[in-house]
Amino acid sequence: MNVDQLLQHLANTLIMGGTYALLGIGLTLIFGIMRVVNFTHGELYAFGAYGLYFVSVVLGMNFYVSILFAIAGGMVLGALIELVLLRPKRGADIDTTMLLMIGAWIVLQNTEHLAWGSIAKSIPSPFPTEPLVIGPISLSWLRIFVFGVAILLIIATYFLINRTRLGNAMRATFQDTDTAALMGVNIRAIYTMTFALGSGLAAAAGALLGPVFVVTPTMGDLASLKAFAIVILGGLGNITGATIGGFILAFVEEIGAGYISSGYRDAMGFLIIIVVLLFRPTGIFARVERIG
Amino acid sequence: MTRLTPIIVLLFFASVPWWLTDQYLLHTLITTGIFILAAMSLNLLLGYTGQLSLGHVAFFGIGAYTSALTALGFDVELFGLFRVVHEPWPPVLGLLFGTLVAALCGFVIGKLSFRVRGAYFVIVTISFAEVTRLVSLNWVELTQGPLALPGIPPLTIGFPGLGYMTLWEKTENYYVVLAFIVLAYILIKRLVNSRFGRAMIALKGNESLATSVGIDVTRYLVIAAIVSAGMAGCAGALYAHYIQIIDPMIFMFLNTVTMVIMVITGGKGTLAGPLVGGLIFGLAPVVLRSYVGPEIQWILYGLLMIVVVFVLPQGIVPAIEQWFNRTKAEPLREPSVAGKGERA
Repeated sequence: MNVDQLLQHLANTLIMGGTYALLGIGLTLIFGIMRVVNFTHGELYAFGAYGLYFVSVVLGMNFYVSILFAIAGGMVLGALIELVLLRPKRGADIDTTMLLMIGAWIVLQNTEHLAWGSIAKSIPSPFPTEPLVIGPISLSWLRIFVFGVAILLIIATYFLINRTRLGNAMRATFQDTDTAALMGVNIRAIYTMTFALGSGLAAAAGALLGPVFVVTPTMGDLASLKAFAIVILGGLGNITGATIGGFILAFVEEIGAGYISSGYRDAMGFLIIIVVLLFRPTGIFARVERIG
Repeated sequence: MTRLTPIIVLLFFASVPWWLTDQYLLHTLITTGIFILAAMSLNLLLGYTGQLSLGHVAFFGIGAYTSALTALGFDVELFGLFRVVHEPWPPVLGLLFGTLVAALCGFVIGKLSFRVRGAYFVIVTISFAEVTRLVSLNWVELTQGPLALPGIPPLTIGFPGLGYMTLWEKTENYYVVLAFIVLAYILIKRLVNSRFGRAMIALKGNESLATSVGIDVTRYLVIAAIVSAGMAGCAGALYAHYIQIIDPMIFMFLNTVTMVIMVITGGKGTLAGPLVGGLIFGLAPVVLRSYVGPEIQWILYGLLMIVVVFVLPQGIVPAIEQWFNRTKAEPLREPSVAGKGERA
């Protein structure tokens, strides 16, 4: 184990952690406010990647504009899912909505299969292939861009939640739905917006990582599971927890893949879940009681 | 329903190999039967205790791999320290070990994951399934990874002194699977109607209340998980010896989804639910595959799942039971108590 290698791993951690945090924040928002375990989250991630592919490669539009389109598309799809599936079942027990979301997950994933075929697609990016070299670390420009955008989106989400009227209403709904409704918060609108926002963040993560890796119809499965791991780590409904959880997951994966075995990279998140539950079943940053 | 219905259904299915000549259909019935067995085990958790386990395919796969490896033998080096060599054993022992190892995993996972409920439980079970999939994919020395484990011998059954029979034919396999389903049915029926079953139903209805009257909730949940996992492992072992080749695809999440769809469509928390749901979804591909590709089939399954949640949230069997009881006993009973007390 040498220092240079470790530094490179840490740099990779930062870059992956940003997008993981986006995924986690989206999922934790939806769970915290709506009490819905969103199994379609990974599909929205895949949708974002395919959205970027469609707009930038098939339609041939500008790369940066395409990312905006992909995020907007994810938000619209999320809002639709909420309106069609979740709104009629508001107040149903958590298992019922979970089954609905699993059904939606299967439909979305196989629609992607049908629409795009199972061959992986790659998205060209406008960045130079020559990496940026800082001392012992080398980073591709694309990854730096991904990191920057992810951090921007995280800050924007914090601002939205903590500094705006909409965020205020969301936090009120999170604390006590009935009281919020009595104070004049339009709960139905908040739910739709929350789901759209969470879905938009997932689509953003997909659009950002799409050009880094390749785009396949099943890419959403692991994304969903990783998002769950991040959210368990941070405590369901805890945005700061999800942000830190995203970076922790990226770190554990990077170190696990680098020093143990790259085949088990994706297993690290699940091991985290198991360890967290063994030693601290309320999550590392938990505020809310989860048992019962 | 009358007491005779299960007997009539059983006789019907016992007669199938006598008149069914289509080998492909018989094959589908066998694999459907194996999945029904797995769905029945899932129903024990999902239907009777109300815990949605989405990692059930892990137990199925663990049973399949354990049984296959017991029968095939293996030679692995653990942590580069010592070697474990195992000579091939008879497949029946594999079936036994597959069941036991899966039950043991059920115990460990139950102990671990019943510390949490609801959403957390679901996520823990999915994670567990994903870890087992990655292990089966990456521990190439033991499982041959994506290259699959071929040449798994079929089961040999028999008793000392009476002679032995190796299950090469489809008909023989069909009867073995049918026998296991009957066994599982009786086991679940007895469990559910025992003190244990009443405790499970109590804790599904109101966990705090169940605890307050002295039911050790976690203990009962862990027992349910052990039985359920063992049964799923047994189904997996049957699958391995019937298909004779297994690969990490067995841990596919879609397999769990298939089981869940079978249970909720048929009726969770009913004895007949997984059988009805299992038959529908086990045989549906036979009809569907001549018209549409697998993607469309899955899209239809997903849509159906959504429709069932909206239209028939209790599933098919309770709906029929309710209708049956209402037409029979309407003048005597209130409709609210007409649904049999089998479910909570």
